[in-house]
Amino acid sequence: MVREIEFTLNGYHQKITVKPSEKLLDVLRDRLGITSAKYGCGKGECGACTVNLDGKTVRSCLMYAVEADGSVIETLEGFQRLGKKEIQEIYQKHNAFQCGFCAPGFIMSTDELLSQNPDPDEEEIKEALAGNLCRCTGYKNIFSAVKEMVEKRKGRES
Amino acid sequence: MSKNTKVVGHDAVRIDMEEKITGAALYTDDLPFGPNLLHMSVLASPHAHAEILKIDTSEAEKLPGVMAVATGKDYPQKYGLYLQDKSILPVDRVRYVGEQVAVVIARTKEIADEGCKLIKVDYKVLEPILDVRDAMKEDAVLIHPDLGDYQVIPWINPQPGTNISHVRKIRKGDVEKGFEEADFILEDEYHVPHVVHACIETHISVARYDYTKRFTMWNSTQSPHTQRHIMANALGIPHKDIRIIAPYVGGGFGGKAGISMEALTVACQKVPGYPVKLRWSRKEEFLNSSQRQELRATVKMGVKKNGKITALRHIMHWDVGASAEYGNNVVNATGFSATGPYFVPNVSIDSVGVYTNHPPCAAYRGFGYSEFHFGIESHMDRIAKAIGIDPVEFRRINAIKTDDEVAYKCHMNPSGMLECIDKVAEAIEWGKEEVSDDPDIVIAKGFASAWKAPAMPPNAGSSVFIKFSEDGSINVLVSGMEIGQGLHTAVAKFASEILTVPLDKIRVELPDTDRNPYEWQTVASHETWELGNATIRAARDARDKIFDVVSRAFHLEKESLYLEDGKVKDDLDPDFSLPFEDFVITGIQTEFNTWVGGPIMGIGSFIPEFTNAMVDPDTGMGGHPNVHYTVGAGAVKIELNKKTGVVRVVKMAEGFDCGKAINPDLVKDQIVGGFIQGLGTALYEVCIFDDKGKMLNTNFTDYKIPTILEMPDEMIPVIVEVPQPDGPFGARGMSEHTMIPVMPAVANAIANAIGLRIKDIPLTAEKVALRPLQKDFVPEK
Ligand code: FES
Ligand code: FES
Repeated sequence: MVREIEFTLNGYHQKITVKPSEKLLDVLRDRLGITSAKYGCGKGECGACTVNLDGKTVRSCLMYAVEADGSVIETLEGFQRLGKKEIQEIYQKHNAFQCGFCAPGFIMSTDELLSQNPDPDEEEIKEALAGNLCRCTGYKNIFSAVKEMVEKRKGRES
Repeated sequence: MSKNTKVVGHDAVRIDMEEKITGAALYTDDLPFGPNLLHMSVLASPHAHAEILKIDTSEAEKLPGVMAVATGKDYPQKYGLYLQDKSILPVDRVRYVGEQVAVVIARTKEIADEGCKLIKVDYKVLEPILDVRDAMKEDAVLIHPDLGDYQVIPWINPQPGTNISHVRKIRKGDVEKGFEEADFILEDEYHVPHVVHACIETHISVARYDYTKRFTMWNSTQSPHTQRHIMANALGIPHKDIRIIAPYVGGGFGGKAGISMEALTVACQKVPGYPVKLRWSRKEEFLNSSQRQELRATVKMGVKKNGKITALRHIMHWDVGASAEYGNNVVNATGFSATGPYFVPNVSIDSVGVYTNHPPCAAYRGFGYSEFHFGIESHMDRIAKAIGIDPVEFRRINAIKTDDEVAYKCHMNPSGMLECIDKVAEAIEWGKEEVSDDPDIVIAKGFASAWKAPAMPPNAGSSVFIKFSEDGSINVLVSGMEIGQGLHTAVAKFASEILTVPLDKIRVELPDTDRNPYEWQTVASHETWELGNATIRAARDARDKIFDVVSRAFHLEKESLYLEDGKVKDDLDPDFSLPFEDFVITGIQTEFNTWVGGPIMGIGSFIPEFTNAMVDPDTGMGGHPNVHYTVGAGAVKIELNKKTGVVRVVKMAEGFDCGKAINPDLVKDQIVGGFIQGLGTALYEVCIFDDKGKMLNTNFTDYKIPTILEMPDEMIPVIVEVPQPDGPFGARGMSEHTMIPVMPAVANAIANAIGLRIKDIPLTAEKVALRPLQKDFVPEK
């Protein structure tokens, strides 16, 4: 029992046959060459597998690939192409990661936050990132990167 | 030397950061292995202690898609770094829940999982031993009856016929006399439980055995060469035929030191030509990656009225779990250092490793120091209060100073202990009382000092190759792992500083044991120091070769040549300027149109030639087991809710004497990261086992690690720099240290807030809220 599904992945059209039991994370990683979405827990607890689906972050380890049929998916691989480098650059400037394994998930969550709420306060930033676990950084640099990003965008808008 | 540095000591963006934020950084699980990739699943023991009577794999072998099945019959070897007590696959008994009993290799992970379910194992279940006190009883069942036959390195002392895996004793001065001289003595017990590293990347290994008998592994590891060595010994394969490739690592913290699950992938020998992948699920990671040892410590300390410590007896019983191979070195290292960062004239320490049927334990950031500092630093506060001296002042009085004798009678390296204490006390505004507007909230502060030495064999070596390219850029080949700590940025800076090549023209390459030179392991927070020294030697070697060829080609005095901005210059001739790209590969054309020189390469290696691990087993004296100590202090300000017991750390300050901060920004990042990791272990992290030895909280819902919500509002990292004479630009390591003061600092803050002295970690809200209600509760003043 397989099903053919279609979606847009980082701006490119994809058509692929999947089993109903296949998780989106595994399909992205093992079949489509996406390496930025990571396996960290497989249970929706760590955020390492976060990708953006139709404008909202999802835990790709929890979703079945068939549920992604007809959707628009973005991963970190698409950021340069989709013109979203700014978040990456600010994370880089703040040395926001250590081992870097959690980085794609944090960047996806940051992207979602800023697209939905251009002027989050400190608590809202923390809320938005609380579902992403990082064991290395102590979160401080991640937090300051996002804060600067918010300030920068505000400055530009006003 | 460090006065006029160009890059050392200045801030910089990490050299691995661009790869990490673009997703270009590939971790082991990200590497492509093609359609032939096979998957391995592991059948885990459901019992903590059982004899294996029979294993029937016939049904599993028949399952379509299953390529191979292996059990202890195929791989009965014992292996290990310090003591060979670990089974690749057990033959006759299992020793913990989760121990791998058999492996199945199949076309897909699903089939491999299915295959495991078809394996039938007959067990005779034995009573598990789950407490060190039970394990040490005279009549306790032996978890390793063959302990006396295991191979062991010479300075580890297992006790055959018991459950004791190692004993490290220190006897300095006369402790009884020291206690007689004391005006006040306090004795008590402290308990620190098992916790896990919880790296976000779980363990993973891919292995391939080819038709030439070549064995290649791609591992998420801190120890590529050590893994190669252990595998070569266990399998009887020459080292040259084993190749370990180490891509980026998604967190290590000691959990990926030595070798653990990687050993299982040797079963790829049964399917030559196919790469075989084993990746721990999060649950397997909890059960099966080496945990932090549990500690039961008894601390007895005597002091004079003036605050001087006269004697310390410290007995530490470490639950090393079912295997002590690596954990024995934790037992050993802490034995030498369990005075804490104080000068103590009379010392008696017993550090004892004890087998139980808990999962195997090994290195975890801090290497046992976090655990024993909890007792020592709790004790320091309690005694200070009892004799009426401010706890920070009490630490100042006893702080170890440069040249003071440590517990094994060697002399303390240059050390800014007092400066660390003072700066941290100042940063946390020690002594300034604060009151919350909320009547339920108490604000209080807690303080703790810390020290740690790298624990490593005396012959642990580092080596480095530096090679130039046509454009004057360099590749630095090391086998020290970038596990997030910033090592490769430091290495790049050392090379840059000596060779004057700008950082953007330097790549530091991740290890491949075939290509990169030897490194013992990336553990012990010794790499900046040791690999740093090797890097400097390699850079100087390349520089010497540069001077040699330039002086020969242009008939210049070597002594007058120097490097600047990637060019060779001459003191005697201001017009002479030769860019590296003109000669580092092709050499230099002479007046006769011949060429001299050739591709420039630098080689450097380092071992600390002054260390000696062979101490007297009864006293711990006579050697020089530790290269040096890094000292520091940490403090917290908490808001404690009296009703709920919830403790929130709102401010922290931590300072360490790293000798010289090669990357000041990254040193501060280590302090912040280590603090938060320590905070999890202080407040709520604990492995919970049922009475049969099964771990119950094997996921991030039931085993919580800190999120961004736990981050204190204010974090003040402090750098102190008293140079290490034999360090690269004066540096010594400071990564693990940052976790060490956290547990006692928070415990001391709770005691200061409501008089509640908690002696067992973690300091949960339940304990904080409920213990004061107990009848026999006497608040600590
Ligand atoms: S892997 Fe999906 S949330 Fe952890
Ligand atoms: S940087 Fe290592 S998990 Fe976040």
